[in-house]
Amino acid sequence: MIQFNLNGQTVTSESPPDTPLLWVIRDELKLKGTKFGCGIAQCGACTVHLDGTAVRSCVTLLAVAEGRSITTIEGLESPEGKALQSAWVEEQVPQCGYCQSGQIMQAASLLASTPNPGDREINAAMNGNLCRCMAYPRIRKAIKRAAAGGEA
Amino acid sequence: MVMPQHTQSISRRTFLAGTVGTGLVMSLGTVLPGCSREEAASDIAAGGASKIFSPAVWFEIGSDGHVLVNIAKAEMGQHVGTALARIVADELGADWGKVSIRHVDSDPKWGYMVTGGSWSLWTSFTMLSQAGAAGRTVLVDAGAKLLGVEPSACNATGGEVVAGDKRISFADIVAKGDISRTFSAEELAAMPVKPAAERQLIGKATRALDIPAKSNGTALYGLDAELPGMVYAHPMIPPTRYGSTIRSIDDTAAKDIPGYVQTLALNDPSNVIQGWAVVVAENFPSAMKAAAAVKVDWEAGPTAGVSEADILAEGAKLAADPASGALVVNDGDVAAARASAAKNHTATYTTSTALHFTLEPQNALVEYVDGVFHIHAGNQWQSLILPALAQALAVPETNIVIHQYYLGGGFGRRLFGDQMIPAALAARELGRPVKLVFEREDDSRFDCARSASVARFDASFDDKGALTGIEHAAAAGWPTLAMASGFLADGVDGNGKFDPFAVSGADHWYTLPNHRVRAINNDLAQRTFLPGWLRAVGSGWIGWGVECFMDELAAMTGEDPVAFRLARLDAAGKNAGSAPNAVGGAARLAAALRDVAERSGWGKELPDGEGMGVAVSHGQERGMPTWTACVAHVAVDAASKKVTVKKIWQTIDCGTVVHPDGAMAQAEGATLWGLSLALHEGTAIADGQVKDRNLNTYTPLRMADVPELDIRFMPSTEFPVGMGEPPLIAVPPAVGNAVFAATGKRIRDLPIRL
Repeated sequence: MIQFNLNGQTVTSESPPDTPLLWVIRDELKLKGTKFGCGIAQCGACTVHLDGTAVRSCVTLLAVAEGRSITTIEGLESPEGKALQSAWVEEQVPQCGYCQSGQIMQAASLLASTPNPGDREINAAMNGNLCRCMAYPRIRKAIKRAAAGGEA
Repeated sequence: MVMPQHTQSISRRTFLAGTVGTGLVMSLGTVLPGCSREEAASDIAAGGASKIFSPAVWFEIGSDGHVLVNIAKAEMGQHVGTALARIVADELGADWGKVSIRHVDSDPKWGYMVTGGSWSLWTSFTMLSQAGAAGRTVLVDAGAKLLGVEPSACNATGGEVVAGDKRISFADIVAKGDISRTFSAEELAAMPVKPAAERQLIGKATRALDIPAKSNGTALYGLDAELPGMVYAHPMIPPTRYGSTIRSIDDTAAKDIPGYVQTLALNDPSNVIQGWAVVVAENFPSAMKAAAAVKVDWEAGPTAGVSEADILAEGAKLAADPASGALVVNDGDVAAARASAAKNHTATYTTSTALHFTLEPQNALVEYVDGVFHIHAGNQWQSLILPALAQALAVPETNIVIHQYYLGGGFGRRLFGDQMIPAALAARELGRPVKLVFEREDDSRFDCARSASVARFDASFDDKGALTGIEHAAAAGWPTLAMASGFLADGVDGNGKFDPFAVSGADHWYTLPNHRVRAINNDLAQRTFLPGWLRAVGSGWIGWGVECFMDELAAMTGEDPVAFRLARLDAAGKNAGSAPNAVGGAARLAAALRDVAERSGWGKELPDGEGMGVAVSHGQERGMPTWTACVAHVAVDAASKKVTVKKIWQTIDCGTVVHPDGAMAQAEGATLWGLSLALHEGTAIADGQVKDRNLNTYTPLRMADVPELDIRFMPSTEFPVGMGEPPLIAVPPAVGNAVFAATGKRIRDLPIRL
């Protein structure tokens, strides 16, 4: 049995320690906002925060989470996280929407460390997150809007 | 919508409109291109008894004044429900703040269900406008009576019926008024709709109703669906799409994995899936582990050795054979033009196999209860897969219900719900709900990939150097032959059939004195894999050849590529266009081309190693032209040969734009899809299956690859046509032509590699 903090609450998992965290979050703990895309950490749809830093939950083993804090899209309460979610709506970012939880979690991690990212920093941080609908121009705009405190 | 509702209860005081027995048939006359209303009706009647014309209820107004619009189209990123609801609400005079949408299941009452071809707005606009207008008529009549005024003195606006200083809300009318009226098909078809100048919602800025849920993680996709007591199934994909059989299954190594249940070989009487097994476990991580441990020994099907090169060679051979294929266009006398030509120019263009790679992998959850299969999965073409499911499960279609979810990408992959079949077979066999989930590599192997294509062009010139004719032979695997053969078209000379969606774009709007197009099925591709409809379908590969070859011809005649095109977009003869869909004909494409040339500064001086290229497209099909013109500006690094796209301009005329920001989002996404297919995507068939199966080697465009985009819609109040796919088509040839302008090197194979 492995215990960790999920979105501010202590949770336990009965899964084997080598279970990818993604499936523990989705299927055992029933938070479906974190998505499965590629399974090899190349699309970013499964991005969550481990102690505040973006990680790919499809390749992060449950054992790694023991005693640590995991934040998913459902628990994203940081000021930059809230600003991003609101900017996502302002800029009408999502198309199919499937990648967007991961995009927002990745962007929140970026803004936490780089409050005013330029294009180069956005590219570097976001290039690992595939948007199959290719809503990239709006993702970029929304990150800049959130960084500017909600101003476009 | 968070979770689609699977049942509907209509209270006695709910007001219904659009309950017309044949309303759907009327709409379907325009759904099927090249198909008359009668043909469409008979096609559907032949498709199964469940497609008979049940009444459809497109919207409901409750006694609280709330308008619920039922959406029978799949939501896969195009915000289709918002656009469709805006059409209804505009005609109705509704308060947009009180409008919501519901994505419906596959109940036969919704009629023929397909979301594809960029058809949704085009096929729904008139039907929903008239349904809304019928609703307004009833509300105005009932409201006038309650107000004690004549209906002619009333307007419906903002959710109220207003007569001078008297007004009554829709809520009060529904609660107190006489709203029992229904309309015949004839009455509905004759229902006048608002002139464009009186529209209050259509064409105005609004936010998409689905975006908040997609920004906070609450939107539910097929993969998110769960049922009590369900087990997970992991596919074991055979080595070939067709003809593989299982010799034996050894699951010894899986038996120690906690949660492993069993491995099940499947027999599909419909033959959509062949040689399949599923590994079943209590949870998905165990299913993955067990799938890696189970050994399935297959007798591989006959195409296990086929390669991309084999398929391209077969295409080239067929294209070179003048007797192959069916005639799509046969204007003038190409043979005579060739016989009298002073000069000929021949070129062959190819595109490689490409994947859908929807980010949500294929999945389906199926529960078999009380003789009914409940299937939970996002799907684009319920009316296509229901008959296949009925055959696979040996039950009537009425015993199958597909519950709709958000689609984590469609792009044509989810036009074919073939993944539902193994899930349903397993659910019945196991007596438990089964959730079938594909890992990415299996999703790619089971994809209905975009077929590799070969196009051979042969142009004739007279002794003055003028272009006198073009013959175009286009060979590829045909999705429509594989999955929906009833939609094949007849050759224009009465001989043979062809997949109209796999050759669309060859029947372009340039005036040529002699023009012949042959559509050829690449039988080797067809036998090896399931060719799919990938975003823009045939236009996506046909446009590559047509528009690059036009550029070659312009270069040969020494003419400017824009001027060369404009000279042939003269809107003469068959290219004059006609109402309602193609008013203005090629003149509108010419106008888009002039606009994009002007905005891009076409013809300006550029540094060495840079170039601009142009291309045009009429979208998905001649019968529904979306006029697009594209200019790409590229830089090619002399040493590394790397192509960098600096900027793309597009001018798009799609008639009336219902949801402007949604249309722009589709244009941005489709433009970048075009760029991705031009430079970043492409795989190969190797040993009978796709070679690149995950993002380590299949590399769609990423954030850092995005160029500056400058997209403009031509102002228009013409009939709305398709938007989801057309802006993709002209991008790859515009980039290829820009590479030629930058380097003098003509690229004829997609993806572009220097």
